[in-house]
Amino acid sequence: MNPEESFLKDLLEGLKKNEERYGYPSCPCRLASGNFDFDKDIICPCEYRDPDVEEFGTCYCGLYVRKDVFESKTPLVSIPERRPREKQMRAYAMPEETPSSVPSSTAGITAKPVKGELKLWYCKQCGYVVFREEPPYICPICKAKREFFAEIGIGTHTLG
Amino acid sequence: MNVVAVPGEMKDHKVLVYALSTCVWCKRTKEFLKDRKVHYEYVDVDLASPEDRKRIDDRRLIVGFKLDDLKEALELR
Repeated sequence: MNPEESFLKDLLEGLKKNEERYGYPSCPCRLASGNFDFDKDIICPCEYRDPDVEEFGTCYCGLYVRKDVFESKTPLVSIPERRPREKQMRAYAMPEETPSSVPSSTAGITAKPVKGELKLWYCKQCGYVVFREEPPYICPICKAKREFFAEIGIGTHTLG
Repeated sequence: MNVVAVPGEMKDHKVLVYALSTCVWCKRTKEFLKDRKVHYEYVDVDLASPEDRKRIDDRRLIVGFKLDDLKEALELR
């Protein structure tokens, strides 16, 4: 990840702000449409990260960097956008959707958790574990949908 | 459209930054301009309405945090 502390801090804050307002951590350096399916390619870590890091030494926003950039052997520079232009333009024109209009696939989540109660969730597809009130809309590692997350009871048994 | 003006001594060029409130590169561009006392305006596009977003003027457009291009366009050393 970006070796510069203040840069990293700003990036993470941008990601957090996007997660709060859209419901998913959309790239802080790209305009999100607010539509989950449309923005899937730019949800962090984005689809363009790997080819960008390999070719330019960094992903588009500068969060993920190649080893030589991390070691400050190569400078970190802003890179061209790899996302198709049509998608970029459409994001500008799309009306924003609020988190309440997230696709109905999330309706399968049982009982609304008590406010403030944190739980352990794990992704059945890749094993990613997160400690939150509700599972994320999408697994940040393997991009599995929310339904793939199951709760881990504090103890040994898994629920659901 | 919510255009914010940041005052500065250098007013030779009309500068409008289309930025995202969450983007670090945008932040760096704004800081650079402020540091060099360039008078500029900015719009955080992610906070603008869909109608406003369509009105983007691209007469002399520099995309990305390209320090050399910025310096050249603004005639700074």
